[in-house]
Amino acid sequence: MMAARFLRRALPALRQVRSYAEVATGSPQMSFTFASPTQVFFKEASVKQVDVPTLTGAFGILPAHVPTLQVLRPGVVTVFNDDGSSAKYFVSSGSVTINADSSVQLLAEEAVPLDQLDVAAAKANLEKAQSELAGAADEAARAEVQISIEANEAIVKALE
Amino acid sequence: MSGMKLILLTFFPSPKAAPVHFDLTLRLRSPACLTFIAVRMFARTSALVFSPQCGQVRNMATLKDITIRLKSIKNIQKITKSMKMVAAAKYARAERQLKPARVYGTGALALYEKADIKAPEEKAAKHLIVGVTSDRGLCGAIHSNVAKTIKSEIANLTGAGKEVMVINVGDKLRGLLYRTHGNHILLNCKEVGRKPPNFGDASIIAAELLNSGYEFDQGSIIFNRFRSVISYKTDRKPVFSIDTVASSENMGIYDDIDADVLRNYQEFALVNVIYLALKESSTSEQSARMTAMDSASKNASEMIDKLTLTFNRTRQAVITKELIEIISGAAAL
Repeated sequence: MMAARFLRRALPALRQVRSYAEVATGSPQMSFTFASPTQVFFKEASVKQVDVPTLTGAFGILPAHVPTLQVLRPGVVTVFNDDGSSAKYFVSSGSVTINADSSVQLLAEEAVPLDQLDVAAAKANLEKAQSELAGAADEAARAEVQISIEANEAIVKALE
Repeated sequence: MSGMKLILLTFFPSPKAAPVHFDLTLRLRSPACLTFIAVRMFARTSALVFSPQCGQVRNMATLKDITIRLKSIKNIQKITKSMKMVAAAKYARAERQLKPARVYGTGALALYEKADIKAPEEKAAKHLIVGVTSDRGLCGAIHSNVAKTIKSEIANLTGAGKEVMVINVGDKLRGLLYRTHGNHILLNCKEVGRKPPNFGDASIIAAELLNSGYEFDQGSIIFNRFRSVISYKTDRKPVFSIDTVASSENMGIYDDIDADVLRNYQEFALVNVIYLALKESSTSEQSARMTAMDSASKNASEMIDKLTLTFNRTRQAVITKELIEIISGAAAL
């Protein structure tokens, strides 16, 4: 359903690639803020598209996206700049807010550029977490281990 | 003082007409020296030690007293100087960390501003105040400003018939509030201020707040917002309950939100706002401590200068007195 919504947004862009008038009167620029508590990656920047992984599925945000609030899950955020280049970041969790004036605030609890992650360490952590799952005693410990498994699986998937 | 002057006249008619049996020209400067010498001479001629008891007369401080005082003030000045250095280093680091934290915090509050969410005034019966200070003092008016704001806020709200509970972040705030407003305190947080605050601290505070079971309708966080090295301002940021946000009319434009997502989002936003308040507060505190210790060191240097002058004058007076004794003794032979 999210993918369909994404396609619905992408198709009009393809159809209107030759008409200049749409760009002038149409969607406002997206003011994109992407930050973690210790680092700011984008501050009110103008970007073309952002792909975010949320609890309800991954979707892409273009300017004039319908306003919504979502909670992130561990996964990869891809930012497509106006000049076509893209940057990938791994986020652990957080929230994304899309407002009516096309401003997007992506707040991640922890976010690192993908090239700073080590796939071998991630695989080792994943195996350790999976073995801990068997020994987890109570609900809270089990939930923690499952979060760790989910995050490490996402890292490994992102790096492969 | 007048009592002493009488005795003075008995021995030396006036300082200018120097007694002829002295060979040296004595430069007796201050009346205090004269009275001192007079007392000593009088004391030698009688068995009693005469100490003036009139209310306005001070005992002349001995060299020993001044030395002790001078040494202690010099030590204090060293301590305040080093505290200023430490505060300056901590302030530099806190200010560096504040920059991304501010972007992060304003991003977290953006929803509430853009959707213009306001708590309905009549309905909001339970209020929550989170006061952010720290454990350590010697930082000027940081803690008392927050406490003052909280006290006036409690007075306003209880006057309007609403229920208020306070969360103290920092031991100093607890000390300022528990005596008069102890029944409004919900939670106390200690060990704040020793290390720079991080996101984990904010999430612990938020978790305890949510677990406390206090169902508030509206809240605010009161902290000191950092403006510059020499100035900060006590500021407040709103905290909304889940029901307030869900029932706000502008929320209708946000699509595809279910209760679970909204609750997670709200909890995360709460942690973010607390994190911003912690960061701003710690930066303001370090800059205030730096200025306070700086002025303490300056005051101490002034006192040292004054005391050194007094010390030298006293020292010269003692030498002069000894000379007088020697010479008068020699002249008597």
